[in-house]
Amino acid sequence: MTSNSRVSRRLVLQAGAASTILGAPGLLLAQPKAVKIGLVHPVSGALAYSGSQSRFGAQFAIDEINAAGGIKSMGGAKLEAALGDSQSRPEVGVAEVERLHQEGVSAYVGCFSSAIALPATQAAAKYNTPFMIDVGVSDAIVSRGLKNVFRLAPGNGKCVDDAFAGLSDVNKAAGGPAKTAVIVHEDSEFGTSTAKLLAGKLSGIGLEVKEVLKHATPTRDFSNLVLRIKSLKPDLVIISNYQNEYVLLARTLYQQKAEVAGIFSVLGGGFNYRLVKEQPEVAQYMMDFNHWYNPKNAKAQAMRKAVEAKGNLFTFEVYCSYNSVKCYADALERAKTDERAAAIAALEASTWFPEVMPYGPTKFVNGQNTGGRAVLLQATKTDIGVVWPNEFAEAKPVFPRPKVS
Amino acid sequence: MDPSILFAATINGLLIGGIYTLVASGLTLIYGVLHIINFAHGSMLMLAMFGVYYLLTKLGVDPYLSLVVMVPAMYLLGYFLYKGVIGRLSNGKDENILLITLGLSIVIENVALMIFKGDTRTITVAYSDKMVELGSTLVPLPKLISFIAAMVLCAVLGLLIRHTDTGKAIRAVARERVGARLVGIDVDRVFAVAYGIGLATLGAAACLLMPIFYVSPSTGNVFIIVAFTVVVLGGMGSFLGAVVGGLIVGLTESFGGLFLGESLGQIGISLIFILILLFRPSGLFGARR
Repeated sequence: MTSNSRVSRRLVLQAGAASTILGAPGLLLAQPKAVKIGLVHPVSGALAYSGSQSRFGAQFAIDEINAAGGIKSMGGAKLEAALGDSQSRPEVGVAEVERLHQEGVSAYVGCFSSAIALPATQAAAKYNTPFMIDVGVSDAIVSRGLKNVFRLAPGNGKCVDDAFAGLSDVNKAAGGPAKTAVIVHEDSEFGTSTAKLLAGKLSGIGLEVKEVLKHATPTRDFSNLVLRIKSLKPDLVIISNYQNEYVLLARTLYQQKAEVAGIFSVLGGGFNYRLVKEQPEVAQYMMDFNHWYNPKNAKAQAMRKAVEAKGNLFTFEVYCSYNSVKCYADALERAKTDERAAAIAALEASTWFPEVMPYGPTKFVNGQNTGGRAVLLQATKTDIGVVWPNEFAEAKPVFPRPKVS
Repeated sequence: MDPSILFAATINGLLIGGIYTLVASGLTLIYGVLHIINFAHGSMLMLAMFGVYYLLTKLGVDPYLSLVVMVPAMYLLGYFLYKGVIGRLSNGKDENILLITLGLSIVIENVALMIFKGDTRTITVAYSDKMVELGSTLVPLPKLISFIAAMVLCAVLGLLIRHTDTGKAIRAVARERVGARLVGIDVDRVFAVAYGIGLATLGAAACLLMPIFYVSPSTGNVFIIVAFTVVVLGGMGSFLGAVVGGLIVGLTESFGGLFLGESLGQIGISLIFILILLFRPSGLFGARR
């Protein structure tokens, strides 16, 4: 008995050891492969700030998903960011798409700039890899029949339509003080296409376009342009450009005491907390129609606090990229695979609800989410608030703005 | 066209020209006198502007008061950068200096991006929005101050190079490097001093620019090509040339913007640059070689 018992114990130990050794690779194999997402953002060059914010937002979503157990239908597969820097240049954006393809990414999220997004999505289309456009508003991005391209946020066509509805409401409520406008835009794809839409639709709300003025990026001095605006005496100045030029132009308008009923932008690149914090007098009463979080949503407020606790500003790039990753993750959950065609099919059928945004459920038509919307914002000396539409509004608009002088 | 707009465009052109002069004055010393193509000029300016930004936002030091910190700090940075990196790695070869400064600019810009992020920062001081009426034109006071300072800075640099021993040594080294060494001038030290002075002017430029402009890691790129244009246009090594070149570029940009639009108007700078070099290859005030 004793002898048998000893043998038996040895056998048990040996069997245990053998199963541990033999089972280890099996255990490793059981770990689901991480899903790589290529983040193609301009984290250097002229658009570096916006690109960095986008990258931050995407990484925020990836971390959140991984902390919650990864993609559950794929056995808890973790998401992994593969970082790309488009250096604010379209050709580099394309090169980064190619490089990240070699790294085996399952999808891309990017690109912030429309000018980069256009060729980058084209490059990704060769491999039929899903491309989630986080920011990049040109309608051309989703109107070329590319099956791999999806955009949650509204494009500039819808933004301009909605912006004018908001502007018209605000103007009517104030007794219609604005009758004329000057449009100022930067001269690349984003500014030009937005300005074209703006100029074409302003008459629809009873506003006359006095002139459309374009400028290069970078522009070092806006004195003459503001001089021209002052000589035209418009009621509204409508701006469409990127961050640096937006700040410089806003400052020059303020310094030169351009007395207008409103300074308004659609997707204004520099309309953010930084402007309010550093240039409160300049920013006060400026209005912008832009991507924004839902201020009445508790989760969005908590996310703002969490982002600010990390020393970052809660700019629109952060939650646009965050939601793009989340939307793709939702598609993965339903597709149960990161295989490209299946993920694209899942995205096409998406009814995901981005609760931190003032959106309805997702519905992609030709890659464009028709459930997305932007809101009208106004800056005070200390913060930015939603003033239209009423269902999301935190404050009443101040319009026309009090005279600067 | 309304004469008042033409007058205002002239004033704006001169003031923006003053800013270009400010940025180009150090470059004319480094590039024009010592023939060092300092590609790091823009990134050094950016670094100095961040210095001014943080001196104000963290310590409450006014940008103009920052001059007493930034000018010597940038001089020391330039001096030791030349001694420790540029001079040591270049082995006295100009083409090596070009590559080193280009490399430095890339490194500085990317490190700045890592530390400061790509965010655009501006400052507000009590006089930020103070305006001075010049005829019918409203001129921001900080812009007027930077214009006057640019003129004074160039005059001081010109006098320094012409009348001090250090200036004479710099000119000697610039004209005949081997000969200067033979008469006992420490050529490496002179290079380091000149590079330091060049960067010190950027320290001053940063203090004068911050109340007007914004800073981000790519801010240097906004000025660098214009600064090189001003130096070549005015004549390499001539501080009077830097002033005149800066004003010509400023006026060209201003009138180009007025008549051709802000987008197209900037080609005026390239056109006038080509025209002047066509007729005066050494620049307006450059010594013929």
